[in-house]
Amino acid sequence: MSTDSNKPAVQTTGHAWDGDLQEYNNPLPRWWVWTFYATVVFAVVYWIMYPSWPVGKSFLGGVKTITFQTSSGQEVTTHWNMRARLLHDLQNGEEAVKQREYLEKIANSSFEEILSDPDKLAFVRSAGKVMFADNCAACHGAGGQGVIGLFPNLVDDAWLWGGTLEDIHTTISQGRRGYMPAFPQFAENGKVDNLADYVLSLSGEQGGDPVSIKKGEAIFQGEEGGCYYCHTKQATGMKSLGSANLTDKIWEIANVPGAKTYEEKRAEVRKVILGGIQREMPSWKGRLPDETIKILTVYVHELGGGK
Amino acid sequence: MIKHESIETNAGLLIILTLVAISIGGLVEIVPLFYINDTVEDVRTKEGYEAVRPYTPLESAGRDIYIREGCFLCHSQMIRPFRDEDLRYGHYSLAAESKYDHPFQWGSKRTGPDLARVGGKYSNEWHVQHMIAPRSVVPESIMPNYPWLLENELHYADIKKRLIAQKRVGVPYSLTDEEYEENVKRFGPEVAKWLDINRAEENLLAQAQANNYDGKPEKLTEMDALIAYLQVLGTMVDFKQYDESYFVKFRVSKAGGTDSE
Repeated sequence: MSTDSNKPAVQTTGHAWDGDLQEYNNPLPRWWVWTFYATVVFAVVYWIMYPSWPVGKSFLGGVKTITFQTSSGQEVTTHWNMRARLLHDLQNGEEAVKQREYLEKIANSSFEEILSDPDKLAFVRSAGKVMFADNCAACHGAGGQGVIGLFPNLVDDAWLWGGTLEDIHTTISQGRRGYMPAFPQFAENGKVDNLADYVLSLSGEQGGDPVSIKKGEAIFQGEEGGCYYCHTKQATGMKSLGSANLTDKIWEIANVPGAKTYEEKRAEVRKVILGGIQREMPSWKGRLPDETIKILTVYVHELGGGK
Repeated sequence: MIKHESIETNAGLLIILTLVAISIGGLVEIVPLFYINDTVEDVRTKEGYEAVRPYTPLESAGRDIYIREGCFLCHSQMIRPFRDEDLRYGHYSLAAESKYDHPFQWGSKRTGPDLARVGGKYSNEWHVQHMIAPRSVVPESIMPNYPWLLENELHYADIKKRLIAQKRVGVPYSLTDEEYEENVKRFGPEVAKWLDINRAEENLLAQAQANNYDGKPEKLTEMDALIAYLQVLGTMVDFKQYDESYFVKFRVSKAGGTDSE
């Protein structure tokens, strides 16, 4: 940039290249410079307030303090640090205190007391929704509808492991392992079809060949299949084993309701008999606080199917 | 009047001074952590052994798949000490919990949820289903499908070499008898067996066999390894053994401040 001799003199950096090539020196605006100095001052204040400079094998703690309680109730005051601040938040934070009032009420109430108190029930419904979304919805779906074949539906009134509050509480706390052995040997001589026809007939599905149903019944109720050991002679299942009730029209594993023809329905049941089932509900005791498990118990019970 | 002329007209000096200036920001934050005693917490099992152990061969193979598939691009493994994170994910991550991670998987980009404590949260069956078709279990998920994990056989011929590489950067796997004995002292006899590089292949197969993570007992797949890794994340430290104030102590200065304890 060449300079025009008519323009007022602007300060230059003093450099000159190629004889007459100079550059302007434009100082930073005042406000910018002062803001910069202010940030420097702020940094120094910050160093004094909060943990900052390393010193030897430790560091400066700063003058700002924070107080929390140990689990034995002892008060500890320390210089500010994020871990102490979290404990303070969990113990005395505004939201935590508001919530704790309700959590304590829940902890000190029986299931019946929670169900009969609209205030507590309202809390369970709103807090439980979030807890369910965080911990349960990944398998059981946001609304508790489950995934057929994989994860049980919690909104109908069929329960593999029992639908009372106590049963649900045990299921959540301790987890469950559902297991049905595979029966690949029945693939021969159409035995699996006989069994499938019988199982479908139990819940009133029309279309099975009566002779085949009879043969299936013999396998199911006899020692050849021994199905009744777990599903019982009446085929209503056993709560202690989590074996399914085969006489209702509710299907957890075989997608019978989704099948259109009788043939498709039979194929669904056949798949379960030949392949077996192995499912696991994780145990939440220890992972979740006791009150959370209690809230989830009532929440799940209230989803619609609780007994 | 203008003192920077000598710098601006000397390219070599300008480069050196620029490097010095931009290094300071990183150095003052990182270097002290190497010699401040309490950076990594001392956490133990009930028996008094070190709670955080290196990954078993199968978990380690799973971790390599985790990195290969780029899981870290969407999932962090670092629960920060905030109330909302505590309520959602569980206890905040300790430095000790990632001390054998090379490279660490902390991350700061959460497109998906944090995985630091995903171990034990879901069943193996759920993980399999969720890897093959995430939307079949979480309809609103935007995670891609990873169906090949269940088809690809796990390549583990080089597992010993991989563990030796980890050992070189300081992860205490054992090769010699002395190292094995040292691990017995540090981690207990049960864990020490899993950390023996000489038995790596045998251990890898045994763990896959015993747990059948992918639901296919006849085949050792990449899914087996990945789920073994996911199921151990965040489960090594038993937080119930400790009062919470124990972990605060590792972030309290011994040099000054107002510690009243």
